[in-house]
Amino acid sequence: MAFPAGYKYTKSHEYIKVEGNTGYVGLTAYAQDQLGDIVFVELPEVGQEVTQGEPFGVVESVKAVSDCYSPVSGKVLAVNDKLNDEPGTINTDPHGEGWIVKVELADAAELANLMDVAAYEKHAEEEAKAGHH
Amino acid sequence: MDEHANLKKTPFYTMHVKYGGKVVDFGGWALSVQFSGILDEHHTVRRQVGLFDVSHMGEATVKGPQALEFLQQMVSRDIADAKQYQVKYTHFLYPGGGCVDDLMVTKIADNDYYLVINAGNKDKDIAWLKAHVAAFPGAAVEDISDATGEVALQGPFAQATLQKITTEDLAALKYYYVIPRAKVAGIDVMISRTGYTGEDGFEIMCDPKDGEALWEAIMQAGAEFGIKPIGLGARDSLRFEAGMPLYGQELDAWTSPLEARLARYVSMDKPLFIGREALQLRQAEGLKKVLVGLEMIGRGIARHEYPVLDGAGQAVGYVTSGMYSPTLEKNIASAYVPPELSAVGTELAVEIRGKAVAAKVVKLPYYKRAKK
Repeated sequence: MAFPAGYKYTKSHEYIKVEGNTGYVGLTAYAQDQLGDIVFVELPEVGQEVTQGEPFGVVESVKAVSDCYSPVSGKVLAVNDKLNDEPGTINTDPHGEGWIVKVELADAAELANLMDVAAYEKHAEEEAKAGHH
Repeated sequence: MDEHANLKKTPFYTMHVKYGGKVVDFGGWALSVQFSGILDEHHTVRRQVGLFDVSHMGEATVKGPQALEFLQQMVSRDIADAKQYQVKYTHFLYPGGGCVDDLMVTKIADNDYYLVINAGNKDKDIAWLKAHVAAFPGAAVEDISDATGEVALQGPFAQATLQKITTEDLAALKYYYVIPRAKVAGIDVMISRTGYTGEDGFEIMCDPKDGEALWEAIMQAGAEFGIKPIGLGARDSLRFEAGMPLYGQELDAWTSPLEARLARYVSMDKPLFIGREALQLRQAEGLKKVLVGLEMIGRGIARHEYPVLDGAGQAVGYVTSGMYSPTLEKNIASAYVPPELSAVGTELAVEIRGKAVAAKVVKLPYYKRAKK
């Protein structure tokens, strides 16, 4: 499973693609594979404050309900409304069209708490081996 | 390396691995929650044909001159009128009226009955049967679960698939009947025209040693019809759309078949069965809750145990099963509510993550296949 370089990753399988003081947040390819077909996404409101490590939204597969945890603290600048009608975009293009929210970073120093692609690849591989679902 | 060393394996375990199943711990069994994906598998069964490993289900036999007399006391439905090879869906009840389990009883012959019971209730059911059979010296209960492999072949092309590898005339096999001794691809099996999907299909029992050969023969026969292996995820979404109850959700130790709208499977005119008096009492006093279908009006998916709210925001019931319906492309749920709030069209709400999301009562079942 390939993950884009340049993104930052959380242990709970979210990514942030940082552009200046903003970033696109979504679920990784590993997360969507573990969840299976995503059929519902509960998005936050634009303007809402989010906190690093705290839930900002919910995705639901046929079987399961999962919180999404914010990789950074900040403010929601945009939400991906397309997911309301096509939640499966998270399955088909998790790191691109399947982004969930765009946030304004409150503190860029928080990025140091996240993993780079090499560390995340190792983390996902270990979880897969341990049989987490 | 065996990554499922601590789990019980069905005779088809190697097929789960070979066909790329996502194997999970399902009540101690190593079974696939999905293969190609729950939505894809769900549609495959509605439109083509799918093959399920259901070997985790329990099987038991009840034999002897008192077999019928014993079973008549144990199940809420009158099975005295069962024809040879006929299958009847019924329930074991507690004296208080709640369900020990729901099950299928097949009459193989006079004095010879075959039971299929739920995997998670198997040990409880066998203990329940054995505790009561003591009073019937002419009846014997045997748990044959470990000696039985079972697959379900379901979907509009199930018959066409199976007919390719058996000389039995499947067109002549009626719904809810079995062929107790048949050959499929040269393998000794029992074929039952039953299922848990709302589609036409078969459940096929075999000797565990023949599991792999049977699976591969069916997959090969079904290839031209687009057969796929199906996991537990789609098994649940298919049965749910078809309005078929799941023990632990629609049925439990406190809920009788009456609340679950399964009264047609209960024979109140049968003079004696465990739970009968409690059902009479429930009928006389009026049911406290009844099962309804809900369609979500607001955005959200109602899940198992979410509270159901009335117009004033008061909790009046609870969701038993709920999900996105792949066939209807809507979010639907089953729920228990008071009878006065059960009319089709009644507006209710489901509490989802602290918010009341609007829903309305709709007719059950959500999905019914077009009869040929």
